[in-house]
Amino acid sequence: MNIAHTPDAGPQTPLPGQHIIKLAILAVGGQGGGVLSDWVVETAEASGYTVQATSVPGVAQRTGATIYSIEMTPRTDRLPVLALMPSPGDVDIVIAAELMEAGRAVMRGLVTPDRTTLIASTHRMLAISEKIAIGNGIADGDAVFATVRDAAKQFIGFDMEKIAADAGTMISASLFGALAGSGALPFERAAFEAAIRKSGRGVDASLRAFGTAFERARDTHASTAANDEPRPVPGPAAPNGPTHLLRQWRGLCDRIAAYPLAMRDMATRGLAKVVDFQDLAYGSDYLDRLDAVLEIDNATGAEVEEWALATAAAKHVANAMAYDDVIRVADRKTRSARFTRIEREIQAPDDAIVQVTEFMHPRGEEVCSMLPTRFGRFIEARPRLLAGLDRMVNRGRRVRTDSLIWFTVLFTLAGLRRWRRRLLRHAKETAHIDEWLTQALQTAPQNYALAVEIVSCRRLIKGYSDTHQRGLSKFDRVLATVPLLVPRQDGGDWLRRLREAALKDEDGGALDGAIKTVRSFAGTGDTLAARVKAD
Amino acid sequence: MAERSFAKEVEKLRLGDGETFHGEGILAITKALLQCGVGYVGGYQGAPISHLMDVLADAQDILAELGVRYEANASESAAAAMLAASVHYPIRGAVAFKSTVGTNVASDALANLASGGVTGGALVIVGEDYGEGSSIMQERSHAFAMKSQIWLLDPRPNLPSIVKAVEDGFELSEATNTPVMLEVRIRACHLSGAFETKANRRPPLTVREAVDNPRRQTDRIVLPPAAFVHEQEKIAKRWPAAQAFIKERGLNELFGPPNGKLGIILQGGMYNSVVRALQRLGLADINGDTDVPLYALNVTYPLVDDEIEAFCAGKDAVLVVEEGQPNYIEQAIGAMLHAGGVSTRVVGKTALPMAGEYTGQVMLDGVGRFLREYGPEVLAPEHRAPNRPREPQPAPELAEIVPQRPPGFCTGCPERPIFAAMKLVEQEHGKHQIAADIGCHLFSILPPFEIGGTTMGYGLGPASNAAFHGGGGKRPISIIGDGGFWHNGLSSSIGNAVYNEADGVILVVDNYYSAATGGQDVLSSRADNRSKSTNHPIADAVKGVGVKWVRQIDRTYDVAKMRDTLAEALTTPEKGPKVIVASSECMLNRQRREKPLMAKAVKDGRRVVKPRFGVDEDVCTGDHACMRLSGCPSLSVKTLDDPLRDDPVAAIDQTCVGCGNCGEVADAAVLCPSFYRADIIRNPTRSERALARLRQRVTRALAGWRARRRLDFAGDAAA
Repeated sequence: MNIAHTPDAGPQTPLPGQHIIKLAILAVGGQGGGVLSDWVVETAEASGYTVQATSVPGVAQRTGATIYSIEMTPRTDRLPVLALMPSPGDVDIVIAAELMEAGRAVMRGLVTPDRTTLIASTHRMLAISEKIAIGNGIADGDAVFATVRDAAKQFIGFDMEKIAADAGTMISASLFGALAGSGALPFERAAFEAAIRKSGRGVDASLRAFGTAFERARDTHASTAANDEPRPVPGPAAPNGPTHLLRQWRGLCDRIAAYPLAMRDMATRGLAKVVDFQDLAYGSDYLDRLDAVLEIDNATGAEVEEWALATAAAKHVANAMAYDDVIRVADRKTRSARFTRIEREIQAPDDAIVQVTEFMHPRGEEVCSMLPTRFGRFIEARPRLLAGLDRMVNRGRRVRTDSLIWFTVLFTLAGLRRWRRRLLRHAKETAHIDEWLTQALQTAPQNYALAVEIVSCRRLIKGYSDTHQRGLSKFDRVLATVPLLVPRQDGGDWLRRLREAALKDEDGGALDGAIKTVRSFAGTGDTLAARVKAD
Repeated sequence: MAERSFAKEVEKLRLGDGETFHGEGILAITKALLQCGVGYVGGYQGAPISHLMDVLADAQDILAELGVRYEANASESAAAAMLAASVHYPIRGAVAFKSTVGTNVASDALANLASGGVTGGALVIVGEDYGEGSSIMQERSHAFAMKSQIWLLDPRPNLPSIVKAVEDGFELSEATNTPVMLEVRIRACHLSGAFETKANRRPPLTVREAVDNPRRQTDRIVLPPAAFVHEQEKIAKRWPAAQAFIKERGLNELFGPPNGKLGIILQGGMYNSVVRALQRLGLADINGDTDVPLYALNVTYPLVDDEIEAFCAGKDAVLVVEEGQPNYIEQAIGAMLHAGGVSTRVVGKTALPMAGEYTGQVMLDGVGRFLREYGPEVLAPEHRAPNRPREPQPAPELAEIVPQRPPGFCTGCPERPIFAAMKLVEQEHGKHQIAADIGCHLFSILPPFEIGGTTMGYGLGPASNAAFHGGGGKRPISIIGDGGFWHNGLSSSIGNAVYNEADGVILVVDNYYSAATGGQDVLSSRADNRSKSTNHPIADAVKGVGVKWVRQIDRTYDVAKMRDTLAEALTTPEKGPKVIVASSECMLNRQRREKPLMAKAVKDGRRVVKPRFGVDEDVCTGDHACMRLSGCPSLSVKTLDDPLRDDPVAAIDQTCVGCGNCGEVADAAVLCPSFYRADIIRNPTRSERALARLRQRVTRALAGWRARRRLDFAGDAAA
């Protein structure tokens, strides 16, 4: 058990015959915590209880974490003295309107295994720090889930946000349903529902969400602690299309079937990605590259490492080959599946029409990269010409892709796919891929782990325009340290650390620091070699 | 238009004799004012007192029926000055504001008021923004009471006690010719509860009647030699009168047995926490009946010496429960007992922490420590020597995982694009000295923007950059909100900058309301307010005090324009302050205003366009550059079911209000083409419908044609 809990005075001894039910609601501003609090007050008052509720609103309303406190006790002819805030180790029911808020409740010691019923919605509302990370900054929800589940006497946790959204209402309704269904309060279901009815706004939707959450909570037993089943990752997509193309596709798949099992799934996905990006011949190129990697991998004791190098290559070579150029963007924006997805996301009513505006901002570089290689290089070599081109095109453009003209423009751009391999951007990307892969393959015999990390550094390159440039420059800076790391057994580890540092901040301050560290321990070649020998 | 409407609840203010009021603390205070026959009310909003101002605004009809004048004052200073009406006239008046920032602003008027003294009861209701969730520096109102000789009430936090404190406050004020401050802590303001009401009383003398019969008494005016007399009078007359009144009326309360070895002296506001600690120690029951003598100070200033001496007599030790620092009450009691030769030990900040909020745990620890040390025999064995140490067991993995969740800009907030533009300017022109101000825009200090280095007070953003206004290689930038601008910024910040020929950039964030305090109207609000005069442009006011370089931006979401205007302000050769007024309506208020209208229009069959934003997840590369320039709650990230992709991609959820910031930022910062805007047109015209059908047919045919000629992994051909 691992809970933040600092009770000073040992066991609680309430005087006989007296009990105060203490409840705390932890929510994020804007979630309707106030409404939930009002419903609880109404239910308890109507059921013959004296209730006191309070909160600290103010700036916490604006998406900050906020806490509501409610205490209640059967009504007598005297006024009870109730506290105005929940105390660690002294709360019977905690309602958390989001998974991390449940974590926060446990951290604050409000949830204790001797008495607390914890009712938590397991969905995530990401905090700003999780969103602004360059890589994946999302906090580990599974770890929090496991901890909070074990911290409570009774735990009821499921996605109450989804239940509310499906019913067309706010999460307060499903939280209230889960509270009623948990049986933690000594009131009948009808009393809870009456409180919703009395509030008089959006009653039907609230009652629907209440009902669903009620049943779900009632059926929840602490032992099963109903979490939503983790969604299985769907397998690689099988394509449709003309027979002759499908035949060729199967041919490529047969090549993958000969690969070690460990990398087959990734290779199939990668193949689908590059074929979707360009064509089957490009898919064949992809597999050629994998073959080359596999050959080195097999020669360097891959079986021990589960073909880590080839698997990483299957992933990152596909991503590298399916680079983000104008043609790809235009292609993606003019596909039927996109219309369907927008309709699903926007949830426009049937009688409405939807107009779609894109936010494009092409620069001279992008246009230049779409030119035939030689012509493109010619312009690039002349800064004034390039600047002139940039002046012509560099401006924000709002284009309506539901209109015929702009759709046709993008559709035509997407059609440039046929000539893509002759364009400047392709030449550059291909050269870059070759250089990167060669470096990895040359490293593999000397330092296998480092080679795997070199391949994985491809993750640093993403985004468009300046963001893309910044990613590239970080990629280059990270890979520049490879010669220093080759002789080191922990070289792979270090490169991974550098990559993580590169994903830490935008301007690369953390990366600079990490590179400095690497250079410092590298010192002169002699001492490093000596140190490696000594190890 | 305030954030929260009390239109329905204010009907409770009409309750008559012997009825029961159920509701929130602030509403109870308002009802108490009316029961006391108050003649005029005013104040300035700010947590936790904002809702009291909103209640008063929504109760204007009821106030008018009773002949009560209601004023939404321009500042706390103006509110305190309004109490001047009680100086010469026997009219009860009350004003409300937050403490301690409001009290700071008001202190000039409060000091003058206290010096001359009052004839009618004058009540200052201060909402204490102290402890958890507070947005201000942590100080005590107590100091203001002491320095100006204003009596300070700190009632027990339950509705009957708070209502009684209002009644007692007016009477105490009149009995001693001294203004009275009623301190209500934030949780007490929002406390739900009940009390038995009395009928409202019309003021015996209304302000209208008074103004027709002017009065003055020279000896009440703060001018020498009267001022010297006032000081003597405070000590010789008003102080003893107050002590006598408090004693005679039993304003402070005793609980528990009359005698005992130990006792606790507590601020009234701390009563529930103290009782909870005693309940948990097995020394009090649910109704607060306790074995430990308690002396609850519903009046914390002045103290009544002989009451305290009597309480302490025969006791070995008393615990003084006094939240915050310095420990004025503890010091006073210590001195008092020492001078009176009483040997009782005074324990205060040695058992309880010197600083910080007295939470339930702190109180339990402190009271437990006191009892174990000075009277362990009253404790049951398990409390006297608990099976400790149950060492604090931190949850290191949780502390590392659970992210902080500070407040931030709302979905669609028009201030976000302003700070996105500032970040873009920063990328181009480097970092600048930036002074911030009070208001929603202060959230710019937090991630993702991290803009602004100081906040010196409401309306003081530009003033706090004054030292840098002499110029240098780079111009300093300061920020001020419309609320702060009208509070005192026009003179303290703008006028000050003009007069001193400041070479800086001043950014006025105008969201049409005093939004951070709950969306109250201000002079420049664009809404029509039935009892207030609005629609006075900030740009006019700025020009009126002599600013030559003024730019008005009427759509802050235009990030490129915002950026360019800022860059121009930073580089123009123009002398004197450069003022940019960036105006767009607070989205929270706008949604509240527009949503019902939109719904009605759709229902009536009128054409309505509702924009929403989305992200093409296969175009987004997961670099999150847009997040670092936005921070919108509806713009988040999601993990794709694709093992090829390591990083989550941007996603916009159903709460999007279609403000356009993400698209504008993606454009202005040249980020990526992932964002799209979908305009949902309800009740489209017939020709629109026909055109849409045609477009759809053609575009889908083209897309389908291409999909059928290639391998299709996404079901494009079928779609």
